[in-house]
Amino acid sequence: MAKRSAPEVNAGSMADIAFLLLIFFLVTTTIETDSGINRKLPPIEDVEDPPIIKQKNIFTVVVNKNNQLLVEEELTSIEDLRSLAVEFLDNGGGEGEDACNFCQGPGDPKSSDNPVKAIISLKNDRETSYKVYISVQNELVAAYNDLRDREFRRLYSNVGLTFVEANKKYSDPRTTPDQKMSLKPKLDVVKGMFPQKLSEAEPSKN
Amino acid sequence: MSKFKKKKGGELPVISTASLPDIVFMLLFFFMVATVMRDSTLMVKNKLPAADQIQKLDKKDRVMYIYAGQPSPRYTDKYGSQPRIQLNDKFATVSEVAAFVLAERASKRQELQNVLTTKLKVDGDTKMGLITDIKQELRKVNALKINYTTRIGDYTQNRD
Repeated sequence: MAKRSAPEVNAGSMADIAFLLLIFFLVTTTIETDSGINRKLPPIEDVEDPPIIKQKNIFTVVVNKNNQLLVEEELTSIEDLRSLAVEFLDNGGGEGEDACNFCQGPGDPKSSDNPVKAIISLKNDRETSYKVYISVQNELVAAYNDLRDREFRRLYSNVGLTFVEANKKYSDPRTTPDQKMSLKPKLDVVKGMFPQKLSEAEPSKN
Repeated sequence: MSKFKKKKGGELPVISTASLPDIVFMLLFFFMVATVMRDSTLMVKNKLPAADQIQKLDKKDRVMYIYAGQPSPRYTDKYGSQPRIQLNDKFATVSEVAAFVLAERASKRQELQNVLTTKLKVDGDTKMGLITDIKQELRKVNALKINYTTRIGDYTQNRD
């Protein structure tokens, strides 16, 4: 018998099949949001005698049930929160062993002594909206990040990154262990200079 | 000069569609790779608030999710419009959060059990009371690492 050549398969409908699949995946896709603000909750424990903190080292932020912001008992708009927090943290009004040698603030004796001692206290009402709470958290974290960026740039200008970029690089799984090893002490130094002391009030029991 | 003679006739050249499947396949592969199949269907409204001081969580296996918000329109008849918590595929009350966390923790590998992060995917319009309650429950079972999942964006987007 004569050898017959194999019949050619018509590939014209290939595009249709591919389109069908494409549309299926287009419809089912939800690009997951995978990022957010990390926080650590305090463990439940009864502190016998809480450490005494000077009032001037506490920066109180209250969000009331009408989503109004009270910073140090004054009605403030959220645009000003970041600069107020930076000013408070960076004040450096301490003397002697509390003195802060890298702060660039005005050194007001009525404001915080040292960024290591400064505490931001955040209190919200049960009726506060989550959106507003996240905005406030975001601005407070931003204040810390701004200051950390500044110090990171000043101390490690040869790295050529800001604190946030360096931190991102450190947590990136593609970064080699060598690079991580060199970044970690630098990050820790800057974190130590501006520790994130963001305290949230215990919910009131009523 | 006959080399440069114009083709005669005005008929349009046929565009070859032979590469069309290739283009479609390319798109298809992109979406196949980018797709993350959600393991639980959302039963609550989930418009996340925006923030820009965010950190990325890379390890998928050490995360558990807690959703909260108003029930979606098709559940409002049954569950009302008050914000609720969703755990896996069910609506839950605050008191069930602790049991959920313990069950999730037990289902993970031994070495991951202490490094789990709880992702709070909460709708922007929820009141803080519910979130405070969830946070208290998490503290009770010592699940202290939390992440407020947000969209990437400026905080001014949170106003409306």
